Amino acid sequence: MSEATYADTWRRPPQIVKRRAWRWALAIGTVIYLALALSTIEVDWQRVVVGLERGQRFAAGFLQPDFLSRWDDIARGLVESLTMTLTSTVVGILISVPIGIGAARNLTPAPVYLVCRAVIAVSRSLQEIIIAIFLVAMFGFGPFAGFLTLSFATIGFLAKLLADDIEEIDERQAEAIRATGASWWQLIDYAIQPQVMPRLIGLSLYRLDINFRESSVIGIVGAGGIGATLNTAIDRYEYDSAGAILLLIIVIVMLSEYASGYVRKFLQ
Amino acid sequence: MSEITHYREVWAPRPPRTRLLIWFAWLLLVALFVYCWQVMTENTIWAFVSDAPRQAMDIGSRMVPPRWSYLPELLEPLWDTLNIATLGTLGGIVMAVPVAFLAARNTTPSTRFLRPVALFVIVASRSINSLIWALLLVAIIGPGLLAGIVAIALRSIGFVGKLLYEAIEEIDTRQVEAVSATGASAMQVLNYAIVPQVVPTFIAIGVFRWDINIRESTILGLVGAGGIGLKLQASINVLAWPQVTMILLLILGTVVVSEWVSAKLRRAVI
Repeated sequence: MSEATYADTWRRPPQIVKRRAWRWALAIGTVIYLALALSTIEVDWQRVVVGLERGQRFAAGFLQPDFLSRWDDIARGLVESLTMTLTSTVVGILISVPIGIGAARNLTPAPVYLVCRAVIAVSRSLQEIIIAIFLVAMFGFGPFAGFLTLSFATIGFLAKLLADDIEEIDERQAEAIRATGASWWQLIDYAIQPQVMPRLIGLSLYRLDINFRESSVIGIVGAGGIGATLNTAIDRYEYDSAGAILLLIIVIVMLSEYASGYVRKFLQ
Repeated sequence: MSEITHYREVWAPRPPRTRLLIWFAWLLLVALFVYCWQVMTENTIWAFVSDAPRQAMDIGSRMVPPRWSYLPELLEPLWDTLNIATLGTLGGIVMAVPVAFLAARNTTPSTRFLRPVALFVIVASRSINSLIWALLLVAIIGPGLLAGIVAIALRSIGFVGKLLYEAIEEIDTRQVEAVSATGASAMQVLNYAIVPQVVPTFIAIGVFRWDINIRESTILGLVGAGGIGLKLQASINVLAWPQVTMILLLILGTVVVSEWVSAKLRRAVI
C-alpha cells in the first residue's frame, strides 16, 4: 500500500445527521424555507425610521425611568398584580392537589384518572391570554378575571407535575403503609404526602413566580394588574413610565426567583 | 441531662416545636391570603360575577357551530404565525449563543463584568413576556410580522441562554483538558472540546423553544404583531363567535402538531 492513501488532514465527523445526502437535503430545505419565509415579511422602512426615534426615546426612558409622575397608577397596578398572584396561586394549588392525586395512575381507578388528565390537558393547551379574553367577557374588567385566569392556568401546570411526581414515588413506602391496613386517606397522608411535599412546595413557589410574570401580561386584555398600567403607559407614549414599570417587573421577578431558589434549596 | 419522664402516647412525625412552627406558617399564609383577597376584590362588581354563568352560556351557545367556511381565509395568517415562531426562534438562538457563553462560569472571559451583564440580559428577557415585547416593538417599528419576529427573538434569548449556559457549565472537563493539553488556543478548545458536547442539548433546547414560540406567536396578533392573532382580535371585536371558535380550533391543532413534531425531533437528537 502506498502512503498516499492516508489522509493528512483530519475532518470532524458529522455529529447529528450522519448521511451526507440528508445533510444536503436539510441545508437546501432550510435555504428554500428561509427564502420563502423572509419574502413574506413586509417592512415599511419609512415607518421604521420614524419608529427608531421612538425606540431611542424608549431606550432613554429605560435608562432614566420615571417612577414618580404615575406612581399612583403604578402602585395600584402592582398591588393588584401581587394580590392576584398570591390568591390565584393559593386557590390554584388547592384545586390542583385533588386533581393531581386523581391524575396519578397508581392511586386512582381509570375513569377518575381519565377525567383528571382531560382537565389538565384542557388547562395546559389554552393560552392564558385567550382564557383571560373569555373570562373578561364573562366576569367584567378587573383583577377578578385575572385571578380566575391564573388559577385556571395554575391547575394545569401544578396538577400535571404533581401527578407525574406521585407516579414516580418509592412504591415500597406505600406498600409498607398499605400492609398496616391503612385506609386510602391514610395512605395518602403517610406514604404519598411526605414523599411529594418538598417538591410540591418547590413547584408552588415556582408557579408563584410564573403567575406574577403572567399577571403582568393579562392586563393587556383587561384583566387588571400591572399589565393594564403598562399598556396605558405605552398607549400614551410615556416611555419613561413604561421603562419604570418594566424595571419594577424585572426586579420583582429577580427577587422572587432568588427567594424561591433559596427556599427550595433549604427544603431539599 | 435530665431524664425523659413523659412520653407521648400518640406518635407524631415531627417534634412539637416544629409542628407549632409549621402550624404558625400555615396561619400566616391563610391570613395573607385573606388580606390579599380583600384588597384584590375591593373594586369587584359582584353583580357581574354572579351574572357570569349566564354570560358563559350565552357566549357558549353563540360559539357553536364553528364557521368552517372561514378556514381558507385563515391559512395565510397561519403561515405568517409559523414564520414568526420559526424566524423568531432562529434569531433568538443566534443572539442567545454568545450570551450563554459569556454567562457560563467556565467559558466567560471575565466573571466580574461580563458575566453579570449576560445574566442580567437573560433575566430581563425571561421576565418580560413576548406580548409585552410585541407591544413595545409595535410602537417602535410599526405593526406587522417584523415586530412579532423580533419580540419572539428577544423573548427566546433568556430561555435558550439560561438552559444553554447551564448545559455548558455541566460539560465533561476531561475533554477540555485533553484538547488544551495539545496546545490548543482558547477558541480551539471552545470549538473542539466544548461545542461538540453541547450541540445535542443545544438543538433540543432550540426545538423546545420553537414549540413554545408557536404557542406564543398565535396570540401576538392581539397587539398588532401579525399572524393568526390579528384574525382572532378582529373576530372578537366584531363579536363573530363562530369565527373565534374556528380560530381557536386551528390554534389548538397547530399547537398539538408542533408539540408532536418537537417531541419527535428531540427524541431523535438526544
